[in-house]
Amino acid sequence: MTHHLPDWSALREDFPILRQKVHGHPLVYLDNAATSQKPRVVLEALDRFYRHDNSNVHRGIHELSRRATVAFEAARERAAVFLHAREPAEIIFTRGTTEGINLVAHAWGGKNIRSGDTILLTEMEHHSNIVPWQLLAERTGAKLAYVPITGNDGLLELGGLDNLLDNTVKLFAFTHVSNTLGTVNPVADLCARARRRGIVTLVDAAQSAGHRPVDVQEIGCDFLAFSGHKVCGPTGIGVLYGRRELLEGMPPFQGGGDMISSVDYFHSTWKEPPHKFEAGTPDFAAAIGLGVALDYLAAIGCDHIARHDAELAARAMDQLSSLPGLRLFGPRTGHAGVVSFLLQDIHAHDVVTVADQRGVALRGGHHCNQPLMKKLGVESTARASFYFYNTAAEVDVLCETLREIQKFFGA
Amino acid sequence: MTDELSELYQQVILDHSRKPRHFHVLPEANRKAEGNNPLCGDRYTVFLQLEEGVIRDISFQGSGCAISKASASMMADELKGKTVAAARDYFSQYQNMVTTGKMDEEAMGKLCAFAGVHHFPMRVKCAILPWHAMLAGLDGQTSVSTDTH
Ligand SMILES: Cc1ncc(COP(=O)(O)O)c(C=O)c1O
Repeated sequence: MTHHLPDWSALREDFPILRQKVHGHPLVYLDNAATSQKPRVVLEALDRFYRHDNSNVHRGIHELSRRATVAFEAARERAAVFLHAREPAEIIFTRGTTEGINLVAHAWGGKNIRSGDTILLTEMEHHSNIVPWQLLAERTGAKLAYVPITGNDGLLELGGLDNLLDNTVKLFAFTHVSNTLGTVNPVADLCARARRRGIVTLVDAAQSAGHRPVDVQEIGCDFLAFSGHKVCGPTGIGVLYGRRELLEGMPPFQGGGDMISSVDYFHSTWKEPPHKFEAGTPDFAAAIGLGVALDYLAAIGCDHIARHDAELAARAMDQLSSLPGLRLFGPRTGHAGVVSFLLQDIHAHDVVTVADQRGVALRGGHHCNQPLMKKLGVESTARASFYFYNTAAEVDVLCETLREIQKFFGA
Repeated sequence: MTDELSELYQQVILDHSRKPRHFHVLPEANRKAEGNNPLCGDRYTVFLQLEEGVIRDISFQGSGCAISKASASMMADELKGKTVAAARDYFSQYQNMVTTGKMDEEAMGKLCAFAGVHHFPMRVKCAILPWHAMLAGLDGQTSVSTDTH
């Protein structure tokens, strides 16, 4: 818990990209669920690393290699602290959430999932927490099952969960925060119910990390994945947390340099986790940048960020609901900083195109949630997603723009 | 609103998107192809009744943005009764127009309304999607996706 209330407008100044005009209007960047912007400290850290310390990690004996290796492993320690992992060895660097989930599906799933087993997901998952399990199910003959969501407010229907968690279920994977509905799932409760039955859990934290406190010990999950680019870090880097006992029992994901202990022509042995799961040269510069981003967020306080996100979302929902013919998705209260909506008779893509001409960056589409869209009975939604550098004034610009859009299309 | 926006969403386009013509299943169709834009979820089925190298009738079903729906509606208006060879020709001229903005008013007629799309590169796919479905139907295919460039 951080004590001082952050100075949000001073923090906004840390983001050079936000100070620009788009189509003649000040940029209002409301596509943070897709990716976040980067503060100057992260940009400078990347620049400094490439200018002064760049060298491959875990390979050389020379000075630059030592510096790069020390910085890379320090970034791992920062990620461990950020997630409250017990030790840095539980932190695997990946390319992002998607690769983290695929790693678990291959390395853990390949060894532990058999024909007749069930992999339990929820109806609000991103494609990246569906497709890897479909592929695993095809390889192994396992089945998929889904925790349903309630129709209108987009909450998980938890009444039947204990029945769904039957003795065929080996893994329960679910998102912490929905990237379409803004729903915040009770992840600690879900993990506790699964653990009681010996079921392994994976939390997709792509939308929660950096937006609210994420403590893997408090959540009680076995695996948790997030993406660096959504938390003010560089692209191409992400984190998979895995509980040590599980990581130790898992075969490697990919083979190559850096992950081996010894290799001969017919047989090799592996390093211990986490390096066992990091074949080849990692994006170590990005990992170092991510470490800086995580420190930056920790200094602000993810609890404060959650409150700020929620305030902007509540303001947006309040104003949007005054527009005629507007449909809001997701829960009425307890919303994360993600608000999906549709204007009657105006397609999301048309909304986004016109908003863009006003400098307002929104997302329109299925948000990699096609099955969820089907369930909601729509093809797409428009989405505004907030971060701590967004302001109440920007929410007002959004609503004013939507009002103009309604006028423009004569709806 | 900006000039470019008014050029993109011309009255005729808004009109066709609100009240699409030829918007039904065609029981007499002997060709049928679905066009799908996986990026935004737009999806149209184009029905063609071909007779001796002529598009006797054409219709469509599906859903998507104002641009794609108007494009399907006006395409059907324009191609009904045309030869298959002429339809292919229309396709390439139309494609050229929405990507470059250059229009041949004599050849394109009402379709010139879509020339403004070229200011919005992200929306070119919307304008062309129904045309791809139509072309797939002419070629005897049943589906096409605009995912690949
Ligand atoms: C809930 C959720 N899961 C997973 C992902 C995938 O993240 P990435 O594309 O960075 O791997 C996203 C990002 O869009 C997401 O919102």
